[in-house]
Amino acid sequence: MPEITSSPHISVRNLTMAYGDFIVMRDLNFDIKHGEIFIIMGGSGCGKSTLLRHLTGLMVPEAGSIYYDDLDFTKAEEELRNQMLHKFGVMFQGGALWSSMTLAENVAFPLEEFTDLPPEAIRETVELKLALVGLRGFEEFYPAEISGGMCKRASLARAMALDPEVLFFDEPSAGLDPVSANRLDELILELRETLGTTIVVVTHELASIFAIADRAIYLDVATRTMGGLGNPKTLRANTDNEGLRLFLNRGMVGISSPHDPATGAPFVVSSNPRRS
Amino acid sequence: MNPDERASAIEALAITREGGTLHVRLKGKWTLLTPGRPSPSVVQAEFSREGQLPSAMRIDMTGVTEYDTALITFLLKCHDLSMTTKTHFDFDSLPEGPRKLLVLATGVRVVEDVRPHVARLDPITRLGWWAKGMADEIISIFQFLGDCTIALWKLLRGKARFRWSDVWLEIQHCGVDALPIVTLIAFLMGLILAYVGAVTLRPYGGLIFIANLVGLAMVREMAAMMTGVIMSGRTGAAFAAQLGTMKVSEEISALRVMGLSPVEYLVLPRMIALFLMLPLLTLYANFVGMFGGLVIGMTMGLSSSQFIHQLTGAVDLTNFSVGMIKSFFFGLIVAATGCLRGMQCGNSSAAVGLATTSAVVSGITCMVVADAIFAVIFNTLRM
Repeated sequence: MPEITSSPHISVRNLTMAYGDFIVMRDLNFDIKHGEIFIIMGGSGCGKSTLLRHLTGLMVPEAGSIYYDDLDFTKAEEELRNQMLHKFGVMFQGGALWSSMTLAENVAFPLEEFTDLPPEAIRETVELKLALVGLRGFEEFYPAEISGGMCKRASLARAMALDPEVLFFDEPSAGLDPVSANRLDELILELRETLGTTIVVVTHELASIFAIADRAIYLDVATRTMGGLGNPKTLRANTDNEGLRLFLNRGMVGISSPHDPATGAPFVVSSNPRRS
Repeated sequence: MNPDERASAIEALAITREGGTLHVRLKGKWTLLTPGRPSPSVVQAEFSREGQLPSAMRIDMTGVTEYDTALITFLLKCHDLSMTTKTHFDFDSLPEGPRKLLVLATGVRVVEDVRPHVARLDPITRLGWWAKGMADEIISIFQFLGDCTIALWKLLRGKARFRWSDVWLEIQHCGVDALPIVTLIAFLMGLILAYVGAVTLRPYGGLIFIANLVGLAMVREMAAMMTGVIMSGRTGAAFAAQLGTMKVSEEISALRVMGLSPVEYLVLPRMIALFLMLPLLTLYANFVGMFGGLVIGMTMGLSSSQFIHQLTGAVDLTNFSVGMIKSFFFGLIVAATGCLRGMQCGNSSAAVGLATTSAVVSGITCMVVADAIFAVIFNTLRM
């Protein structure tokens, strides 16, 4: 199994993200190592998906740079940029499968566009990738004919088509039942184990975060910058950031209700917050 | 409030002061449908009376027989009042149900600056925003046209990446599938023109000249224009809706992160298809329109050979090419406006609707403007 080497795979330097005049996050600095499972977490609307859109080149930074293996992605010329993009795989929140194509065609598309594989080899690869996400036998279905969870998995199969070096997941478990979400987590771990893929996940599902993360970055909506960086379990125990502590404890710290001593009410404080 | 209601209101609410504590006693039915519920302003009035604020507020609702949201709303207002005046609000006096709801409602502090600023702007500021919006719009149009030009240049050099299968599919959608509607409209256009011609020409005994009128009007103007309008409503709208939905569902992002140009993959096939199909449909509409004229001519007593002879004498290649040249441009205009609006689409289903509407409106507008420009050009060229 590949080990996590120390050289950074992705480096983000002084990244400021904005929509027009509205600054979403400023001065983000972090590294993601090779083969690491890195989580981008934060409350709703804090800019998690926006950060992902910057990392995948869908949005241009207001300021700062993003490096992949020491190559500046933000300033890359079209050809280099496209080469770098081919090493990415992205699983979008809603799947984003091309609705005019069957699942097999969706997965085959990047292979047809970017490789010289013969049709037979492409077909076999597509079958394998769909089998990996548990969708064997659904090759000829259109995205509209399968469930949302299946669309997500098919989207993962498409993202894995070119054996990418980095896989990005945008809210992989959103809208999935707990069993499917758990299976997806296991799949993510498996992918890292077997292929050594660097994995970046945007999520706010605590169960997933604690289950798969090597390290995580917390985007603090209050200060509009990074609120914490490190292993989530360590962060939960040690962070000074009130927002992050609440986040990692499902809000079960610090909110107390002197008026209602009864237990069981939804707004009541839980016991045992691990406070620093 | 009629006297009965007032009486019941007074009965439902009694406020007394005992030392620094304001006792609010609630009685009877407190439901949304109870007539003449007391408003929280009564409590507020009591607060400021006697020139001195109470130090605590205690609500006694033991006399309440039935309550729903109305009561909780009242309690929340009382609580807000106690917060603003820094009066102690006694939660303990409330029964468990309303107390829990109230604690939930007041548990999270109201965040002041999260609401978007919808303050009324003065006209100058609004004008400024409008101008800024227009500038952005114009920039995005030019960006799109630039992208299209680059894609077209790549296509001419054989370097554009897109699938010919998409082109064939679009050709079927905007060509073959549009035949029935084009047939109907063109036939009726020819028919209408013939009737209009008959009204003017019959008194002079020149009924035969309706062949000239129908022929010239169809080949120079009506066939290209009507086909363009049909295709704008049919295909331009479809392009905008398709691309807009693809944008909403991130399908366009999925192309981008693979380093593929959405303009090449999605816009180019549609442009090619419509650029090829609109002239063909126009050609077809020409003949169907003339046939419509012929049918009316024959019902008015002209013979078909007379009509056709007159028609072929009137419509020469110049007239014919005027319409055909225009139809190529109309094809580009319809495809470009449809795709542009689709690519500009926002991230909601409402935005897809707007994009579709806007595609049809701007498509038809641009087409009419282009037609006027062509009219001037052809007139100058004496075509």
